[in-house]
Amino acid sequence: MSFVDVFKKLSRSELKLRLYSSTAADVECAMQKPSGDVDSLLALLSPAAEPFLEQMAQQAVALTRQRFGASIGMYIPLYLSNLCANECDYCGFTMSNKIKRKTLTDSEIKDEMRSIKSMGYDSILLVSGEHESKVGVPYFKQVLPLITEQFSHVAMEVQPLEEQDYRELVAEGLDAVMLYQETYNPVTYSEHHTRGKKKDFGYRLESPDRVARAGVDKIGLGVLLGLDDWRLDALLMGHHLDYMEKTYWRSRYSISLPRLRPCTGGVTPKVELTDKGLVQMICAFRLFNQQLEISLSTRETPKLRDNLFTLGVTNVSAGSSTQPGGYVEPNTELDQFEISDERSPQVVANAMLERGLNPVWKDWESGW
Amino acid sequence: MLTIADHQFESRLFTGTGKFATAQTMLDAVGASESQLVTLAVKRLDLNTGSDNILKPLIDSGVKLLPNTAGARNVKEALFAAHLSREMLGTNWIKLEIHPDPKYLMPDPIETLEAARILCEQGYVVLPYVHADPVLCRRLEEVGCAAVMPLGSPIGSNQGLASEPFLKIIIEQAKVPVIVDAGIGAPSQATHAMELGADAVLVNTAIASSRDPVTMGRCFAQAVNTGRQAYIAGLGAVSHQAHNTSPLTGFLND
Ligand code: SF4
Repeated sequence: MSFVDVFKKLSRSELKLRLYSSTAADVECAMQKPSGDVDSLLALLSPAAEPFLEQMAQQAVALTRQRFGASIGMYIPLYLSNLCANECDYCGFTMSNKIKRKTLTDSEIKDEMRSIKSMGYDSILLVSGEHESKVGVPYFKQVLPLITEQFSHVAMEVQPLEEQDYRELVAEGLDAVMLYQETYNPVTYSEHHTRGKKKDFGYRLESPDRVARAGVDKIGLGVLLGLDDWRLDALLMGHHLDYMEKTYWRSRYSISLPRLRPCTGGVTPKVELTDKGLVQMICAFRLFNQQLEISLSTRETPKLRDNLFTLGVTNVSAGSSTQPGGYVEPNTELDQFEISDERSPQVVANAMLERGLNPVWKDWESGW
Repeated sequence: MLTIADHQFESRLFTGTGKFATAQTMLDAVGASESQLVTLAVKRLDLNTGSDNILKPLIDSGVKLLPNTAGARNVKEALFAAHLSREMLGTNWIKLEIHPDPKYLMPDPIETLEAARILCEQGYVVLPYVHADPVLCRRLEEVGCAAVMPLGSPIGSNQGLASEPFLKIIIEQAKVPVIVDAGIGAPSQATHAMELGADAVLVNTAIASSRDPVTMGRCFAQAVNTGRQAYIAGLGAVSHQAHNTSPLTGFLND
């Protein structure tokens, strides 16, 4: 049994119909019993919830402060490699893109870490393109001890792996795995993923099950907003989250809501998600799940980010570079996508402090 | 319809057979409650006579019998009761109750989890009676229990849903039906449990110790039904705060 079995039983057309025919009464009802109810999430994501946005925001903020206090976890990505054996038409690393490819060596990793450390970070997200043979489990196993020596919390956003691989990486100190489905629409998925192992929608869909079974502490789900109907994608991610939380209740969960960004040779979004829509999503998920961590990357503008810090997000990156080796030697040609908030971590942290929020640099100490 | 294991129930009120003045009153009260699942203690079954005065009419009435292991103080005694009931009553359904404490009959979580694990492995449909402990309920679900039966308050106390905050968490998290067991002393409390989203309630003392158990059985039937319907319909907003300004989302209009 995995989420794939649950997913097969969900009817896209029925959910879509219910989403778009929700009424104000459904939304009011959902706001009364928000926690953990996927039907409530449906109402909160629906167009009918738009007039309730301010009320949802008030409730979302109260719930976030109640659960997380004023703390915002600070993390930063470290791009290990831009090698990729897949073809995804929205990503600068896509195989057919004629860009310079690079995989960091041990000593380059050490240099990058030094630079990241000097910014004050203690929580890191390792990112790579999906290239199994060159950037696979042996490479990760070689790299992880270097990283865990310096960082108390290590997350990974790489290709899906086998359960046993995750188990071995956990033993090396891996704390979290981010694995985004990109879209829960199999048709759209196959349009955007045209070559390579990532083409396999089902394998990706059941990856969080493998991550959880391997005992990874935190699991991140996500959709790439702009590929398909964001309301429906978000709702299906909610179903996925609900299944995961109920089945693997010993893990923590986070979600990420990245909007499609310009990149070398990339597609333009099919469906535009406005700022208002993004706020609705964040609030809907907070009302649905009070414990959920919500990450916000540097894809968004400084102005929007400053407003979202107070609106329910819990984890924020700043000062990010989306290229391997980019902290020591910036070279935008290697970027996965363009970032929007180019402020330094300290400037971002100050913006949080001004809003009465406390940037927290150390997430947790694993291993005891 | 409530489904537990492979069985479907129209009524979400489960009842017990203890504490009634006469077997006939019990039968009449159960009939009035429209309950389709009735629990009875294996320890009370008379091995020699077969407790025909209770059993036969109950079986004839078409209700499903849920033998319970009440009185068991540890895994061994609970297993013995379960095996005995399977032999005597021909059912693999068992309400698992283990309480070593004779004063408040508090369920023992450690022995219950272990007994549940073994019974599930042996092919029983196990419905464990437990404290309203969300983690324990998840662990019982993991070992294969068909439902969980957290208590509302101490058994037989009629104190209602003293465990409400924890029941809410259990209901939110459970993948199996949640049956609120023990402590429900008034129909209004049963309604409230159902409004919270409980899948069913089990009531014994409140009906059996009432002056008129038959009427009380009927009241509980109505109360459970009302609570369930209210839950499905969705409770309305408690209060509406007017928000003239938009302090948190106003930036979207800039
Ligand atoms: S999204 Fe991932 S798999 Fe697709 S091209 Fe980019 S790096 Fe490769």
